Amino acid sequence: MRTPHAVLIATLAAGAHLLVAQEGALTLPKTVEAGKAFSIQSTGSGKATLYIVSLGQVLKRDMQLGESISFPAGSIYSAGHYVTVLARESSPTESGSLDVVPAAQPADLTFLARPSRLPVGLHSGITGAAYVFDAYHNLINTPASVSFELSSPAGATQKRTVETKNGAAWIEMDSTAQQGMDKFVARVGDVSSMRIVGQVPGDPCTLKMSAHPSGQQVQLQTEPVRDCSGNPVPDGTIVTFTETYEGAQSTVDVPLKRGIAEVKMPARPGARISVASGVVLGNEIRWEK
Amino acid sequence: MVRPLLILCAVVAASSGVGTAQADVRVEPVHLQGPRVLQEQTQAAIIRDYLQGWQTMGAAFDQNRVDLLDRDFVGTARDKMAEAVQQQSAAGIHTRYQDKSHHLQIVFYSPEGLSIQLIDNVEYSVQVLDRDKVETTQQVRARYVVVLTPTEVRWRVRVFQAQPE
Repeated sequence: MRTPHAVLIATLAAGAHLLVAQEGALTLPKTVEAGKAFSIQSTGSGKATLYIVSLGQVLKRDMQLGESISFPAGSIYSAGHYVTVLARESSPTESGSLDVVPAAQPADLTFLARPSRLPVGLHSGITGAAYVFDAYHNLINTPASVSFELSSPAGATQKRTVETKNGAAWIEMDSTAQQGMDKFVARVGDVSSMRIVGQVPGDPCTLKMSAHPSGQQVQLQTEPVRDCSGNPVPDGTIVTFTETYEGAQSTVDVPLKRGIAEVKMPARPGARISVASGVVLGNEIRWEK
Repeated sequence: MVRPLLILCAVVAASSGVGTAQADVRVEPVHLQGPRVLQEQTQAAIIRDYLQGWQTMGAAFDQNRVDLLDRDFVGTARDKMAEAVQQQSAAGIHTRYQDKSHHLQIVFYSPEGLSIQLIDNVEYSVQVLDRDKVETTQQVRARYVVVLTPTEVRWRVRVFQAQPE
């Protein structure tokens, strides 16, 4: 036999917020924190089946009306909107709903960082985005502070903290002045995720060559080629030597080896010899010997 | 300047591969956090793929077929839905989801372009059937937080989570 009014719901869990009692055999919590224990007390008598249905989790329980039904910790873990149905043998079904909210404690972090390799000294060249999840892979949509830290092997560190919005936070950072493998870390609470960002020298900053006689030829050699932060430009970078003589031009492309480019060209009195790499133009020599 | 709301029923019509009623779709002007610009073509593709996801999801939950999810869902969203479908199947029930209206706003496009987040204030009906006996039909209004990621040929839903309004 069914009692005339709904009775109080019994909640075991601190995370469950009560819905105002309404007429029916069940009073449901309005919200439940993912993973927390809770229980529902029913009224009436007879057998019934309880369905708790969402797009992330489905439960079906046989129950005896008039008794409480307990959901131990970990029973409902997928955050979302749940439809509840109480199907009774001798009465119409009763429908309701409850919301399962993510646990408050971050337990996982998805960290997207780009690029994996870039030149030094680039303003806002590195970006990171982070999504914060609880232990059940629910996106935590209440604001959380995510700290982003970019540190170079030399010890230079950039650190900034960003509040999540709808579970997401993002950052832009400058690449550091020194080449090397930097650590890019996103951290929320005790959870962190690291990416490695390779910082390579930029384009040559200045180019200077010297010339020396070498038999019938002239020996041309650059000084060690560096970027504007003083990092040696990688070997293999092409340096172009151009000799102009009586209106004719001859060009030689030479890769850097151990930071230096060198080549021999015909020694012609009055020839003009220039050096360049990419968009950087070096000094010019007039060969008089 | 704020552009007027777009009514994108056409997108739904194009996206719906099954003979179901079409949902009304409103798309809010884009107010993105983040430096990346969202091209109109990308926005249209995201909305199209997301709405197709609702059709796919409806079929998967109605037929208790996990495999149907693979085209439009990936990662956490796919895993959770697959688990729910398996739980339905084990319990001898199935569910019919029918979206009625979507009110969409794209809120975040991650700087590297690998994820996009939208909020969908959606109205849908859900019918719970136990061995083909309809136990309930409910009209639901919910706020969904959705994260999509680009895959080979389409955007797929990676996070799909309702939160209290």
